Amino acid sequence: MDTSTTITHDEHRDDEASKLGMWLFIFTELLLFAGLFIVYGVYRYENQEAFHSAGKELSVPIGTINTVILLISSATIAMASSAIRFKNKKLTIRLLVVTLLMALIFMVNKYFEWTGKIEHGYLPGTDTLMNMEQGKVLFYGLYFFMTGLHALHIIVGVILITIVVIRVNKNTLSDENPVLLDNAGLYWHLVDLIWIFLFPLFYLIA
Amino acid sequence: MENHTDAHIVPYKMYLYILGGLIMLTLISVAVTEIEFGEFSVLVALVLASIKATLVLIYFMHLKFDNKILQIMVPAIFILVALVIIIVFLDYNYR
Amino acid sequence: MTQNESNQTHVSFRDVETRFKGLFAWVFSTDHKRIGLLYLYSIVTFFLTGVALGIAMKLELMAPGRDVMDPETYNAIFTLHGVIMIFLVVVPGLPAIFGNFFLPIMIGAKDVAFPKLNLMSWWLYVLGALVALSSLFMADGPPDTGWTFYAPYSFKTNTNVLPAVIGAFILGFSSILTGINFIVTIHRLRAPGMGWFKMPLFPWTLYGTGWIQILATPIVGITLLMIVGERLFSIGFFDPALGGDPILYQHLFWIYSHPAVYIMILPAMGAISEIIPTFANKTIFGYKAIVISTLAIAFVGYFVWGHHMFTSGMSGTALYTFSLLTFLVAIPSAIKVFNWVSTLHKASIQLEAPFFWAVSFVFVFMIGGLSGLALGALATNVHLHDTAFVVAHFHYIVFGGVGFAFLGAIHYWFPKMWGRMYNKKRAITGWVLFFIGFNTLYLPMFFLGISGMPRRYYDYVERFHGPNIVSTIGSWVLLIGLVVIIYNLVRSAKKGEPAVKNPWGGKTLEWTVDSPPTLENFEDIPEVTKGPYDYR
Repeated sequence: MDTSTTITHDEHRDDEASKLGMWLFIFTELLLFAGLFIVYGVYRYENQEAFHSAGKELSVPIGTINTVILLISSATIAMASSAIRFKNKKLTIRLLVVTLLMALIFMVNKYFEWTGKIEHGYLPGTDTLMNMEQGKVLFYGLYFFMTGLHALHIIVGVILITIVVIRVNKNTLSDENPVLLDNAGLYWHLVDLIWIFLFPLFYLIA
Repeated sequence: MENHTDAHIVPYKMYLYILGGLIMLTLISVAVTEIEFGEFSVLVALVLASIKATLVLIYFMHLKFDNKILQIMVPAIFILVALVIIIVFLDYNYR
Repeated sequence: MTQNESNQTHVSFRDVETRFKGLFAWVFSTDHKRIGLLYLYSIVTFFLTGVALGIAMKLELMAPGRDVMDPETYNAIFTLHGVIMIFLVVVPGLPAIFGNFFLPIMIGAKDVAFPKLNLMSWWLYVLGALVALSSLFMADGPPDTGWTFYAPYSFKTNTNVLPAVIGAFILGFSSILTGINFIVTIHRLRAPGMGWFKMPLFPWTLYGTGWIQILATPIVGITLLMIVGERLFSIGFFDPALGGDPILYQHLFWIYSHPAVYIMILPAMGAISEIIPTFANKTIFGYKAIVISTLAIAFVGYFVWGHHMFTSGMSGTALYTFSLLTFLVAIPSAIKVFNWVSTLHKASIQLEAPFFWAVSFVFVFMIGGLSGLALGALATNVHLHDTAFVVAHFHYIVFGGVGFAFLGAIHYWFPKMWGRMYNKKRAITGWVLFFIGFNTLYLPMFFLGISGMPRRYYDYVERFHGPNIVSTIGSWVLLIGLVVIIYNLVRSAKKGEPAVKNPWGGKTLEWTVDSPPTLENFEDIPEVTKGPYDYR
């Protein structure tokens, strides 16, 4: 008797459980970033002036465009969850591909923004930054750490959504079992949610 | 116990409305940086961000249509984070 | 109702045929019982390593001056002892072993909600352990920071802090996934009829623990990542030279690490709440009060982290707040103690090994808890901070509390897990030796601490000599007790008398299934109509 498979492929499938599990995971992600927001809050409180002037050097247009891009991608993946339930496979895939494209544009923007800042010598550990005032060192340390961690989440999200696209295409994911798509969506909204707070904290409060 | 999420399907239109609202709020939050709120500029920016986050949670993340338990858990998590931040600032604010 | 039933349909989960053979049938098994035992074997291995390091420290402290090791070695040993015992033994301890094995059975389920994720948690645990311990074998030697990795020393020292920190990060992941798994299991897989308040207390404590694992572990995860960033890229988060604040590191570290104490102690309290009614043959006193106090401990325990930092230079407001909250969290713990003692009142008690472990748990837990109040008071804390008193206090909680509950739990559930009985007399001998050894080891440290002996020092002045000798001798007695216990259990697992389904007369669901259980636990999912401890 092949018992190890009888347990994992239990005839009973529990989508509510999968969703609850995903939400709990999202809670851990929120707390992970909460730790960073605490650090940001404390150092901002202690270095008001330096954070002000450092924040002014970030490009508000690029930040705004990236925010809008992420919001659109969030909307498209949410719509994909509806589309798959309307049994519209073509539209589902299109919406997911748009989501992926948006993620790609976001990363390209991020790349140019980062390289720009690195050229100015704001990369943590470099001599130029180390010789600046302390608040600035902290600001750019946090900037690279937090947006970097966020970008890492985008990459994971892109991988996850790609898997979903492949499975929808192969019909192994349909209106019968859309929970993986829903969970990928939840994860993607989390990425969006974090950016919603990162954007004003780094780009706007100057 | 229901085993499949066959809750009601959200029409596309609603997502587009919400998206419109979110983009509007983003532009507003950029625009208000021109206005001098002084000490309150952080607060204004965070309030606008929180409104956006709430919209994402309620509509994009389906909390509106989910079961009660999640509707309790999610705000509880945010309250917890707020409490932790407040307690940390009990130290830094009064030092 | 005995082993005779073990015919074709009643194959124990250990004898079941699987896709893989031999060792692979275990390390790739998604059966919650096999995963529980995998955790048991790996955790016991690390526990014995930690014990060896502890004994070595006690040996060094037997006399002033250099005895068996130099100061650097001593620093490395207390760091490793802490890292191993906290991250590898006590935090995963009860939830990962007994939680995995018994949570599904106690709530009438066939497995946890996500069996594959469960197996992945174990693999992550092993990976994290290997990464953390790899620091031992690299050039520059193991970390010497203490298990707390306090900044700024943790990124200034040349020892191998990185592998230890990254290992702890991976272990955190494993812990989070177990927490998610348990919470979803409890929400979705309770047997029909088992409402929230018909659930036994051990699952309840696992539920509270799961929430702390989910909500606190990420904070230490990100903090350890910041240490990594600090070491690799000198970002300056906690470096005063770059404007960072080392005290902020302490805040973040203890936001996790204090709740981590409750990750350890809650399931221990749960196990005690199972053992006591069974051996008292009596319904537990104040079931709901225990449930509510469990959740209260989990919640309030999240906000008391600052009491580890009373002398760090926090603001006065923060000091008062943390002290007040610390006293508050003692209330639900005391409620539990009253409930356990009240359960024993006018009960017909079976004097078996698990019962002795349970009552001695209450005893050492009381000493640990009350000495914790001495540390939670601001004025006394200044005197006692970073002395041997603190070491004695948290060993009474973490080793006394969790360790006694662990040993009680293994003696309680042993017949179910291995399908055999152990030698009861030898079990009690082991308990007596362990109990005496434990108290001889740690009681003198309270006195040493009050008279001013600092912790983490490998040397001391002559006037501390006496109590230190007693303490070292205690560590040997404890070790002998441990050897007796382990010998007894290992031998009985192979040669013991076959156990019946319900050797102690327990009322919870695990005593209605075979010993050891079959792969699917239950032939048919049971219908629950009564409360968990329905003795009268």
